[in-house]
Amino acid sequence: MVNQSRAGRLDVRKTYKLYINGEFPRSESGRSYVARDSEGEVLARVARASRKDLREAVRAARTAEEKWAAKSGYNRGQILYRIAEMMEDRGAVFAEQLGDGGLTPARARAEVSAAVDRMVWYAGWADKFSQIYGNLNPVAGPFFNISAPEPTGVVGIIAPETPALLGLVSRLAPVIVTGNTAVVVSSESQPLPAITFSEVLESSDVPPGVINILTGFPAELAPWLADHMDVNAVDLAGAVPEVGLRVRQGAVHNVKRLVGTDGYTDLQSPYLIAAFTETKTVWHPKGL
Amino acid sequence: MSRNLPATPALEWSYAPSREASEIVELERRYGLFINGKFRAPASKKYFPTINPANEDLLAEVAEANATDVGRAVKAARDAFEDGWGEMPGKERAKYLFRIARMVQERSRELAVLETLDGGKPIKESRDVDLPLVAAHFFYYAGWADKLEYAFPGLDPEPLGVAGQVIPWNFPLMMLAWKIAPALAAGNTVVLKPAETTPLSALTFAGLASEAGLPPGVINIVTGAGATGAALVEHNDVDKIAFTGSTSVGKQIATALAGSKKRLTLELGGKAAHVIFDDAPMDQAIEGVINGIFFNQGHVCCAGSRLFVQESIHDRFVEKLKRRLSTLRVGDPLDKNTDVGAINSAEQLARISELVEAGQQEGAEMYQPDCVLPRNGFWFRPTLFTGVSQSHRIAQEEIFGPVLSILSFRTPEEAVEKANNTPYGLSAGVWTSKGSRILWMADRLKAGVVWANTYNKFDPASPFGGYKESGFGREGGRHGLLPYLKGVG
Repeated sequence: MVNQSRAGRLDVRKTYKLYINGEFPRSESGRSYVARDSEGEVLARVARASRKDLREAVRAARTAEEKWAAKSGYNRGQILYRIAEMMEDRGAVFAEQLGDGGLTPARARAEVSAAVDRMVWYAGWADKFSQIYGNLNPVAGPFFNISAPEPTGVVGIIAPETPALLGLVSRLAPVIVTGNTAVVVSSESQPLPAITFSEVLESSDVPPGVINILTGFPAELAPWLADHMDVNAVDLAGAVPEVGLRVRQGAVHNVKRLVGTDGYTDLQSPYLIAAFTETKTVWHPKGL
Repeated sequence: MSRNLPATPALEWSYAPSREASEIVELERRYGLFINGKFRAPASKKYFPTINPANEDLLAEVAEANATDVGRAVKAARDAFEDGWGEMPGKERAKYLFRIARMVQERSRELAVLETLDGGKPIKESRDVDLPLVAAHFFYYAGWADKLEYAFPGLDPEPLGVAGQVIPWNFPLMMLAWKIAPALAAGNTVVLKPAETTPLSALTFAGLASEAGLPPGVINIVTGAGATGAALVEHNDVDKIAFTGSTSVGKQIATALAGSKKRLTLELGGKAAHVIFDDAPMDQAIEGVINGIFFNQGHVCCAGSRLFVQESIHDRFVEKLKRRLSTLRVGDPLDKNTDVGAINSAEQLARISELVEAGQQEGAEMYQPDCVLPRNGFWFRPTLFTGVSQSHRIAQEEIFGPVLSILSFRTPEEAVEKANNTPYGLSAGVWTSKGSRILWMADRLKAGVVWANTYNKFDPASPFGGYKESGFGREGGRHGLLPYLKGVG
């Protein structure tokens, strides 16, 4: 940790906070924890989110959902693309933080590039996924019958511990691209890329509440997420087995959709988009 | 407030023009051909003028490409295809197209003004319709470039190679986007010929593509008239021809390609039926009909040029339509309140005039509102014909101008019969408050696009193209990729 530059000037340190409803609050609990680099050196203190923070985040996500889902796919696609533009812009910061997490500079840069490209890839799906997952059904009668996917609602995401940035982007982008909103529990061991990512979101035209990012302990936060009756789905690709089991048990209460049970931390797939959608079928008679 | 207002002197109301500034456009005196990433003088050594149809002022001179020039452009496209574009990972191609989309958005005001200067369309249309759709089209197809394997299950998606594309003058930049975006997304390179009366936005776009860092030769622009287009169509090293324009030229192209292996898509003329049932929301239908025929001076292949009104509301509907016609503002295309701009060329004006005369001679009744037309430039008043019968030329031939032919019908079956009584089949419109009837009509109308309780709606995600002599192949949507991929011909 650098306290003083060569010129003898004292650095201004950043306070690492939560990202809820487009704002950067500390945890209401006043708790924080120490984030360390791969060698055990202290990097920073980051906020340790509480149950109440999580509830605030869910409320923000629910409030934002209707408008986000009502945006055109083109509009959502442009906003995701804007996230990619801003990620590219903050590439050096991400690379440094991933380096602190133990990656070589080359691998860190490669992960940043992959994460940016992944966001662009999902941006392109915003106005296309329903052309793949929707269709006209040739029913035997004088009816127009069409099925199309819609977002499922508020999605909780237990982000993978590693890759700290690519894992986060890989699990988050397919959730929000269709119009879902998200509450993310970030990597516990490497929270800094997720916090930088929230700063990217802040400057990317993402409406407040669409993405909320909590730093803290997944083992503590995940059960509350699983039990919350206003969460529609949970992605547990980043959850360790005990946490995953607890989430599955909690999810039963309001029949949450569970995704990521195979544990692919950096999968890129249009089927991941489908996993967070509901298919709606509309019947309409044809006739005079 | 007192009802007895003090007497005030009669106010003089006159229209205060609200003109879009055109200084944002910087024109060159003379434009070369855009080949292999650079503007170059034509081998033909010839140039032709392009004018502003609203005042006949010279805008610039543009190179006329001959067969040698076309050959150079095709070679550049072939080299670019083989030197990497065809093999480039889709996600990299996608990023070029996303960049282009963003740059079009950045320069949309300039491009909108240029489009209006060169083509005569109202600025509110080039600003609010053409340019947003151009950017959206590139953005949409950018996203397909790295997802082709999901678009068509079981097809191993491979580009064709070099696409030769010939576009019309009614939506110059939008037609360019409809052609170039899917072609590039699928991994092809292109040689595009804009219409001779509207080459400037394509040439400006070429500069923009260079700024985006697009590899040389991926896009080549050859300007010229019919002979340039013919040279491109007939070139041996072109794998695919995509043409938008008149049915007669489309048939010539199909004839020229008859003995070759080149793939072909055609987006040709139309004579769309616009059907109004007596239960339609009338005021909305009036607006739909006005937009359907007077949008872009009626220079629209899908214009709703044959209006079928159910007999029970015919007279009332026509009366309302006439009243609405008199409020259309005809004139300076750069004025932000102009509804109907200039006719694109003297040649097109002559064709419209000839058909309108034929309409009168054949016995239809013409109505035109009083409006003052500018002295210079090419203009035609918004025109209605009533008492039109199906055999009249104005009910059969594409006028491609602000001229609406009105017919009537009694039953839905009769509406379908009459609507389909045309060699064309590009689009149709239906107005009724009954959903089941919309779908019943849509099943029976032989048209590639059916608009219900709306008209002239376009979106990059939505396929567009015609039945019958309106051409074949679709542009837009997932379907718009198919004509640029191998294995489906």
